[in-house]
Amino acid sequence: MNAYRIKGKGRVDQRKPVRFSFNGTAYTGYEGDTLASALLANGVHLVGRSFKYHRPRGILSAGSEEPNALVGTDRGNGRFEPNTRATVLEVFEGLNTTSQNHWPSLKRDVGAINDALYMLFSAGFYYKTFMWPKSFWNKVYEPFIRGAAGLGKSPTVPDPDTYASRFAHCDVLVVGAGPAGLAAALEAGRSGAKVMLCDEQAELGGSLLSETNARIDGASGWDWLKAAAAELAALPNVTVLTRATAIGYYHQNLLGLCQRLTDHLASPPEGAPRERLWKVRAKQVVLAQGAIEKPLVFDGNDRPGVMLAGAARSYLNRYGVKVGNRPVVVTSHDSAWLAAYDLAEAGAKVAAIVDVRPEVAGHLKQRAAALGIEMLTGWTATGTSGRLRVASVRVNPISRNGVFGPARTIACDALLMSGGWTPSVHLFSHTKGKLDWNEEGQMFLPGERTEESRCAGAGNGSFGLAAALAEGAEAGADAAVDAGFKAKAATYKVDGEVPLMGVSSRELTTDRNASKAKAFVDFQNDVTAKDIRLAVREGFKSIEHIKRYTTNGMATDQGKTSNINGLVIASDAVRRPAPAVGLTTFRPPYTPTTFGAFAGYNRSELFEVTRKTPIDVWAEENGAVFEPVSLWRRAWYFPKPGEDMHAAVTRECKTVRETLGMFDASTLGKIEIVGPDAAEFLNRMYTNAWSKLGVGRCRYGVLLGEDGFIRDDGVIGRITSDRFHVTTTTGGAARVLAMMEDYLQTEWPDLKVWLTSITEQWAVIALQGPNARKLFEPLVEGIDLSEEGFPHMSVAEGRIYGVPTRLFRMSFTGERGYEINVPARYGRAVWEKLFEAGQQFGITPYGTETMHVLRAEKGYIIVGQDTDGTLTPEDAGLGWAIGKSKPDFVGKRSLSRPDMLKADRKQLVGLLTSDPNTVLEAGAQIVLDPNQTLPMKMVGHVTSSYWSGTLGRSIALAVVEGGRAREGATIHVPMPGRTHTARIVGTVFYDPENKRLSA
Amino acid sequence: MLVIRCPYCEAERPEVEFAYGGEAHIARPADPSTLTDEQWKDHLFIRTNARGTHFERWRHVHGCGRFFNAVRDTVSDKFVTTYKAGLPRPTEAELEGMRK
Repeated sequence: MNAYRIKGKGRVDQRKPVRFSFNGTAYTGYEGDTLASALLANGVHLVGRSFKYHRPRGILSAGSEEPNALVGTDRGNGRFEPNTRATVLEVFEGLNTTSQNHWPSLKRDVGAINDALYMLFSAGFYYKTFMWPKSFWNKVYEPFIRGAAGLGKSPTVPDPDTYASRFAHCDVLVVGAGPAGLAAALEAGRSGAKVMLCDEQAELGGSLLSETNARIDGASGWDWLKAAAAELAALPNVTVLTRATAIGYYHQNLLGLCQRLTDHLASPPEGAPRERLWKVRAKQVVLAQGAIEKPLVFDGNDRPGVMLAGAARSYLNRYGVKVGNRPVVVTSHDSAWLAAYDLAEAGAKVAAIVDVRPEVAGHLKQRAAALGIEMLTGWTATGTSGRLRVASVRVNPISRNGVFGPARTIACDALLMSGGWTPSVHLFSHTKGKLDWNEEGQMFLPGERTEESRCAGAGNGSFGLAAALAEGAEAGADAAVDAGFKAKAATYKVDGEVPLMGVSSRELTTDRNASKAKAFVDFQNDVTAKDIRLAVREGFKSIEHIKRYTTNGMATDQGKTSNINGLVIASDAVRRPAPAVGLTTFRPPYTPTTFGAFAGYNRSELFEVTRKTPIDVWAEENGAVFEPVSLWRRAWYFPKPGEDMHAAVTRECKTVRETLGMFDASTLGKIEIVGPDAAEFLNRMYTNAWSKLGVGRCRYGVLLGEDGFIRDDGVIGRITSDRFHVTTTTGGAARVLAMMEDYLQTEWPDLKVWLTSITEQWAVIALQGPNARKLFEPLVEGIDLSEEGFPHMSVAEGRIYGVPTRLFRMSFTGERGYEINVPARYGRAVWEKLFEAGQQFGITPYGTETMHVLRAEKGYIIVGQDTDGTLTPEDAGLGWAIGKSKPDFVGKRSLSRPDMLKADRKQLVGLLTSDPNTVLEAGAQIVLDPNQTLPMKMVGHVTSSYWSGTLGRSIALAVVEGGRAREGATIHVPMPGRTHTARIVGTVFYDPENKRLSA
Repeated sequence: MLVIRCPYCEAERPEVEFAYGGEAHIARPADPSTLTDEQWKDHLFIRTNARGTHFERWRHVHGCGRFFNAVRDTVSDKFVTTYKAGLPRPTEAELEGMRK
């Protein structure tokens, strides 16, 4: 076991073995390992199949940029996650992991046939292959695409984990705890500023963790790191967050950090959140994100065992793992030479360093020579072999004028490549900060900033330890000063660092047929250099188009290793400089982030507020079935044992019409309008006239938008001359109050009016039915309930059961009706008393469904159901509610616009189906001629439709073009299977003379 | 998430406390009946849709409840200033000074 582990080397704890499994095989790693380092220690390079061609793939990198090594992880109890990057997943005892994208097995995958059929899968293959014949789409192409789509498998059960979220404010936020970030955090921390330092890795250090040569101020890099971490930990004004990825940089220095809390633990504490999303508002930000190594692009650069040279160095120095016993290095950058040295010194036989540059620095060669490594400068890689792991690399010399010499094949068990480094400018780019192209380094660097931010270190193009420390210290000190503290940058003395240089190149040239080369640019989306060139040949010139056509950089890694290579190749193909071709936009999140982290606490019962009335508990105890109405939950109907909804609603309706029902109307929006100008304010807001409404009287009011369309309605009662009690629809309460405030504050600030929401202050019990008065006349004090003293549409204040009440006489059922407002805290008590007292009349509680049926029988509209924001009062049959003599009200001017006066506007009508037993579907479309050719001309739709037990037949309301003029006409409602017919009638189906209101 | 200064509370508060209220400085005509259909249409529906400096209304709905006006750059999405309802819009020169 751990044949490739070097005893005593690295930062993992080799005294603490950890057992885990990969594809059912048990392996051992050590505490501190990632899944990638532990697999490599066991000699496992093959970890997955690629997305499109199903090519065997290994581990490319040692960080969050990993495009290849994605695995499914199972933490037990339904905790399954696809596409976890093996390079960041920390192993723990009992971890189960599986590879992805293959069938039947990782080593033998049927899908690999795609690799042989690569001609079919070139750039834009979706657009080309699946175009024709059209008839193939449903049966052949779509199932194929769906079957092949996606990486990994989705979890099958709801996420059992919990997620936390937190706000934080600080003076200086430092992103990245490599040398630059550490130096910045130290400086800012010493100044006394409130500092937060975050890093995506499990421990601080960044590139220092993989660096074993350089010394800082006389100490080894690791000793310096230990001291720095200790100093930061000791500063009370500094917060250090590890395993915390800065995923996005938003306006005004708001950054999102996703902190992984328990994924690395074998047995997380009960109830501990899995991740925490931090929203940090920082006065100043220092971005020290470092740089990501670029692969070289050549045929076969994707075989398992081919990896980035810097990653190989990390595995060796940080994890104590040799990625191979016989590695070959292929590079265009000096940094890969260091990997060769370190591996050679660790006992690997480095077969060769192949450098595409004809000349490299003398000191590099001297050290390689001393280690006995063969050097092939001015050579290039033109191919690799090995089915499930690289077995050899084919290399050729190229003369200065580009002539290829004979190929040589060098056996190897690992191939380490480096095409130079790309500064991570992702977060800077989120701020829309300008990126400047650096031609020499073939990279984009942060330019003009838009936020209070600074970039330092490799992420700013300042490569090397000394540069990172110096720039980081300066950025940290400057940030602290700008945040109002005193600071001065410390200086660091770095020894043992060699300057590293390199060249950047497009895909490596080859002596073979380039059109057959599988030289990968984007490993995760299987995009090759020739795909990009093909896209350019087919006319794509902008990188944004090339990206979408080839899918380069569009995988879950957002092209961290592929964007610049893709750009350089595209730039070469279109023969324009790279900045003219452009860089695609980086968007949050920086790395894939769980939906759980974004949702945080907002799930299950905390997903949305459920508003409940004071009577809700009684309804629940008495068997109500509920329905959501805006944020409220309302009693829908009250079934008795053995009743279904139909039976319950029919019984409730019958009881109300014949004797008495009670309904919880507490959800109705209620606004109190007070002040000397209250009536004038209402005159201007509502269509109706209010000045002459007497104290103690109510009126139905219609509220329009300025566009003339119905926004809301409700009954408004005048309590005193300067006090109105306005009711609104349940869902419209907040909107109506906001609209009133808007007009009051900004259009008529001179009006002396005060608006107060009183929705939750009053519980409302509607008593409806012929016996309503009989029931509570003996219970009410202070109000004359006689027909003369308290006629329909009255309001008065008094007491019921000794509790203060605002009593309305009004009806939404067509029966004699009262609405008893009592202070909310007495709502349930009064309700229960009335229910008890009502037993003598056979009272029934009824829910919203019965309320709907009863009001529809009377043709009373529900705003938002029978209206849809395009209906005027005239359209809805409410022309009578318009105060015609009023000079102005909100929406009045719009009612005379030409389109509002057209005869063919949709108007509210009643419908009676030819078959009285047919209940139409609300929302069903209406046509005049059912035999017309498709697409039919639709002239309206059904807005409300119910079974009316009272009438013994179905009824419906609908809007129909020119509907009122069509009264008596037959219309048709085509539905799947059959077409219904119905006759247009008036909207009032029951008691058109309104006799029952006073019955 | 933006940080917005409420000119009534004289305090900076996160965007979640506020509601957007459309373009500012569009007064409702004193007597809409005197407007032609064309003029009324313009009043109702036609907005500046500025690229750059935009005068707009916000309401500190989960705070003091007041409507106020703001100048925001629609390209950078940055606020230049906020001011009380009823005050005249800042001049270009004043805004230039505030951008510095």
